[in-house]
Amino acid sequence: GSAGLSRSEPRARQGHGQEEEEEEGCYRLYPGHIPTSPLQKALLAAGSAVMALYDPYRHDMVAVLGETTGCLALPNLRDKMKHHPEGYRILQERPRIRLSTLDMSRLRGLPDGSLGREYVRFLEDNKVSPDTRMPPKFVDDEELAYVIQRYREVHDMMHTLLGMPTNMLGEVVVKWFEAVQTGLPMCVLGAAFGPIHLSARKLQVLATELVPWAIRSGRNASCILNVYYEQRWEQPVESLREEIGIFPPP
Amino acid sequence: AALCPCRAVLALRGGVLRALCGSVRGLAAGTQTHFGFQTVTEEERREKINQVFESVAKKYDVMNDSMTLGIHRVWKDILVHKMNPSPGTLLLDVAGGTGDIAFRFINYVRSARERQLQRKLRSHQNLSWQEISESYQEEQCKPLGDSQVVVCDINKEMLKVGKQKAQYLGYSEGLSWVLGNAEELPFDDDKFDVYTIAFGIRNVTRIDLALQEAYRVLKPGGRFLCLEFSHVSNPVISRLYDLYSFQVIPVLGEVIAGDWKSYQYLVESIRRFPPQEELKAMIEDAGFFKVDYRNLNLGIVAIHSGFKL
Repeated sequence: GSAGLSRSEPRARQGHGQEEEEEEGCYRLYPGHIPTSPLQKALLAAGSAVMALYDPYRHDMVAVLGETTGCLALPNLRDKMKHHPEGYRILQERPRIRLSTLDMSRLRGLPDGSLGREYVRFLEDNKVSPDTRMPPKFVDDEELAYVIQRYREVHDMMHTLLGMPTNMLGEVVVKWFEAVQTGLPMCVLGAAFGPIHLSARKLQVLATELVPWAIRSGRNASCILNVYYEQRWEQPVESLREEIGIFPPP
Repeated sequence: AALCPCRAVLALRGGVLRALCGSVRGLAAGTQTHFGFQTVTEEERREKINQVFESVAKKYDVMNDSMTLGIHRVWKDILVHKMNPSPGTLLLDVAGGTGDIAFRFINYVRSARERQLQRKLRSHQNLSWQEISESYQEEQCKPLGDSQVVVCDINKEMLKVGKQKAQYLGYSEGLSWVLGNAEELPFDDDKFDVYTIAFGIRNVTRIDLALQEAYRVLKPGGRFLCLEFSHVSNPVISRLYDLYSFQVIPVLGEVIAGDWKSYQYLVESIRRFPPQEELKAMIEDAGFFKVDYRNLNLGIVAIHSGFKL
């Protein structure tokens, strides 16, 4: 009862109690933020890596792995964005790619071969939606949280520009490309371990054609986060590919 | 844990803000209570806990095994052994959700019943064939010897998981499932022989009311048993336990169940719960006699027991 409550409160305020309480109230840098200690991050990184391998349908684990291991790569990406006019604008305006902000009927009406049309075609063919991207939880910087959110939302654009479907093979190819582009450990791990679930035939195609192409394109292309996709729906995919530096898919 | 240099300043500001908010809230709606380390109204607390158990229900058993490395099974075994139910006992298992205590109870009385019948057979050496077949029939008809367990839980999802488990494991006789609130049980006075609440009383908002209800529904001579996380007095073990609780358990929650927050709540609620002596006093206040407790694993868990006389 209430007597128990008042007596247990001072106890809870000692040590961890104090820290936890202060963390809850003051350290939520953005909605959904869960502050974590370095030990927790390490455990999360290890646990999510194992779980993502064990159950490839746990997309949330891939997301958590990205957040907990991105402490070097994310600031890098953010700086690349800051030093580029278009990237800088994106950081200022913080656009979000969501079904509620996209005008699907207008995009569908665009000519074939344009970014908008192909993007919508990609979403419909693969039956995916931009709204299923997990919001970041464990990134301890509000701007970096946006950077990783942007990376996740731009992932579908990558599929469209690279012409890769959302099956396991397509995802691995996109991961290779992203690994070279962003340097995020999660992409590197995903690229290296993703093929575990593939058949031998697919592995061969992957190794001989797709991966070399993805790496070459990734190296050649400018930073994919520096493109304001929402302002380029009318641009033909071919022209955008050339502009960024992605080689035509095999 | 991570140390932030500006923590001291922010802590002070945060504390003052929180105190202000707390008093405004208190004026606005309902009595203040706690949800983990947050301060909320009683109504908010009930709702939050409802949400926690709705979301953890499916992975409840998996998480229990992972967090305690399977040791929770031993704790529950010890509880039922301490209960030592004889065939014919009527048990009410409150907050019994996924049925762990209920199934153990059924197993226990079933084997107790078998032993009972075997002893009867052995004591009558010169039985006729008719008498032997009658006793086999008795065993067939009443394998539990009229023992019954009622599982009562406030959360529909937990009960659902429990019923599925019962079906899967083959438990049907002597088992019933009731949706109900420990603070206001839907049962008559003086009904049950034993009342158990395992890892549930921590989530009750008004523990005093739950204890009063427990007293009410028990028969005179009935026994109250509570299995719950408690306080570790040994400072070394306590630090290790805290480290494990706060650093590892929420991570396990995120990785296995995709739910950090519920497991953060779990470890916080354990810290908020009254320690052994205090709970003992509360049980005595409700009218129970011969109230006693036994620490398991140095106080990580404790079993409290009391009798209605």
